[in-house]
Amino acid sequence: MTLLDRVARSRTTAALASPHGVDHYLSRINPMWAAHEVRARVVDVRRETDTPGAPVATLTLRPTATWRGHRAGQYVQVGLDLPGSARRMTRCFSISSAASGPGEEITLTVRSHADGQVSRHLVDAEPGLLLHLSQAQGGFTLPVSPATPGIDPLLFITGGSGITPAMSMLRTLLRDGYDGRAGRPVTFVHYARSADDQIYAGELARIAADDNDVTVHLRHGDARFSELDLHRLAPGFRAIDTWACGPAGMMELVRAAYGESPRLRLEHFKPPVTASRSAEGDVVFAGAALRVANTGASILEQAEDAGLSPAYGCRMGICFSCTTRKSEGTVRNVLSGAETSLPDEDIQICVSAPVGDCVVDL
Amino acid sequence: MKPHLTPDQLDAFGEEMDALRRRILDDLGEDDAAYIRGIVKRQQQLEVLGRALFYLPPAWPLAVAALSVSKILENMEVGHNVMHGQYDWMGDPHLNSRIYEWDNVCPSEQWKYSHNYVHHTFTNILGKDRDIGYGILRMDEDQEWHPYYLGNPVYALLLMVFFEWGVAMHDLKVENIVKGTRTMEDNKALHAGIMRKVRRQALKDYLLFPALTGPLFPLTFVGNATANLVRNVWAFNIIFCGHFPAGAETFSEEECADESRGHWYYRQVLGSANISGGPLFHVLSGNLSHQIEHHLFPDLPARRYPEIAPEVREIRERYGIEYTTGPLRRQLASVARKICRLALPDRQPKPSGERKTVRPVAA
Repeated sequence: MTLLDRVARSRTTAALASPHGVDHYLSRINPMWAAHEVRARVVDVRRETDTPGAPVATLTLRPTATWRGHRAGQYVQVGLDLPGSARRMTRCFSISSAASGPGEEITLTVRSHADGQVSRHLVDAEPGLLLHLSQAQGGFTLPVSPATPGIDPLLFITGGSGITPAMSMLRTLLRDGYDGRAGRPVTFVHYARSADDQIYAGELARIAADDNDVTVHLRHGDARFSELDLHRLAPGFRAIDTWACGPAGMMELVRAAYGESPRLRLEHFKPPVTASRSAEGDVVFAGAALRVANTGASILEQAEDAGLSPAYGCRMGICFSCTTRKSEGTVRNVLSGAETSLPDEDIQICVSAPVGDCVVDL
Repeated sequence: MKPHLTPDQLDAFGEEMDALRRRILDDLGEDDAAYIRGIVKRQQQLEVLGRALFYLPPAWPLAVAALSVSKILENMEVGHNVMHGQYDWMGDPHLNSRIYEWDNVCPSEQWKYSHNYVHHTFTNILGKDRDIGYGILRMDEDQEWHPYYLGNPVYALLLMVFFEWGVAMHDLKVENIVKGTRTMEDNKALHAGIMRKVRRQALKDYLLFPALTGPLFPLTFVGNATANLVRNVWAFNIIFCGHFPAGAETFSEEECADESRGHWYYRQVLGSANISGGPLFHVLSGNLSHQIEHHLFPDLPARRYPEIAPEVREIRERYGIEYTTGPLRRQLASVARKICRLALPDRQPKPSGERKTVRPVAA
């Protein structure tokens, strides 16, 4: 840490900048100066695939010195100030590069979705774009160092852009000198829509060709995950440490194949939500681990009917006492009629009614 | 204040207000974001300028002026409005109502409860809205007179000078402890929160920044105290002109039982008062010069209030609802007169039970 960093992070500086924080002033001078917050500059954008309607690009990010690094498999929240809308959109992306240390560059591999404002903007980004980042999050990681001797094999099952966290793990293993001599074979199974749609095709071909005890199986086109297929690729898979990440349909099949096996670790990435304009579905109060049938009433009322007592104030949408994180689903503002489906957004539960399924952090 | 409109008319009035609100919500965008970011930038520049000028003793008045304006902008156009959730839609943590902490000894968490919830929900309802007199002053004829209120003008002057401290103690309801209906124990957590904030605010304004100017410590210390005083006096006066000049009405709890949305809007218009003035004045008041529009739509970005004010006036005119407004000096004089007049017992006591005869229209 440089002297400047030490000054910026000192308690005296924090007291002087109170109550707004040092970063509020530092970022005014240079957005890449930060004492606590993390921001990153896009320094390179490389197209991975040109799939019509869903191209994929890998962005190399140079983070501020505040980046604490990540373990392979973790994700990061990316905040993007979209030009023209003034709204900062925040989305989660798995980091695709190998495990990083403090301040080190990382890469994100992003697939553009037709209705995904953030992903579309990122895939077409120019170097120089500034992003807001969280520190790395998530427990979908390699639990042990690749240097740790062991004889247990490893298995990765991924679909579509679910390949990114597994790729980070594989890259970490290979970078850190894992070459199979530990007697721990690695099986990498990936499902893509087509050969043209295959992310990291060249790198995966090289890894497959090298003598490293890593077996790569790529399935394209109509191939769907099947238990039978997996039996052939990785006999006894239920006893093998497995990391699986992919679309919801595939994850259901993988979960069914593994039954109760504790060796399976799953990472979900959320598909774009579509509003159903109905009061049907379930409301999940995640904090209380409670699921109730959606009655169409406000979330506050439904929570109270379920026996919860969330904080509230005016009950008419003016005081913001009841603001709560909605992690999934669509809600309708009963005052304005506006519907929103963004994942992880703050809503006023007294004037928000769920449309279809909805998950709230109550 | 008995509504002179029928429940149907109140509903129609409410629908017009809702439509206005929706139209502005749908229109929020880049201009609103650029505006508030611009204000924050200007506020920070003034703050840094003010702190820096304390190193040049001859520039002391300039330093105080810059810091005062910075603190006024921070508290009013940024802090007050951001904490109302006016800019939550931007997704910027620095402008988020749940996260924002303002440059004031009152912790934002407590202020949001006493202001956003209590004051804005129960605006001008006697016995519920603690902003009527802050538990210290007699601001309405329907508050029963007591010899204590002979000091009304003095209390008002003290509240003005120490306004941020008064606001910080708002939630403690100290007068209820004096009355014995509240215990010190009830206040323990609130008190701890206030003390944490007080320590932080005092540390930077009265110790660290003065110390950083070395031998100029006393000058900087007095300068910072003056900036806080200027901000207190300004905020007090703007806020007192918002609800207490002649024309602003109060309501009883019975009148507002089972209130409809239209009735709520109706009460907000009648319970608030505007101050006329130029654009710079509106910015420095945090657009609380448009108190009526703010009370109708507390979570719409305040920069929109001047724009929607003519429409609000047009609508309420059709319904024959009073709209109190006037230049600052007239509103100030009106408030001052009220503070002095209410220090004394009412010359003509009202017929007993007058309020009780009023039936809530929305019931």
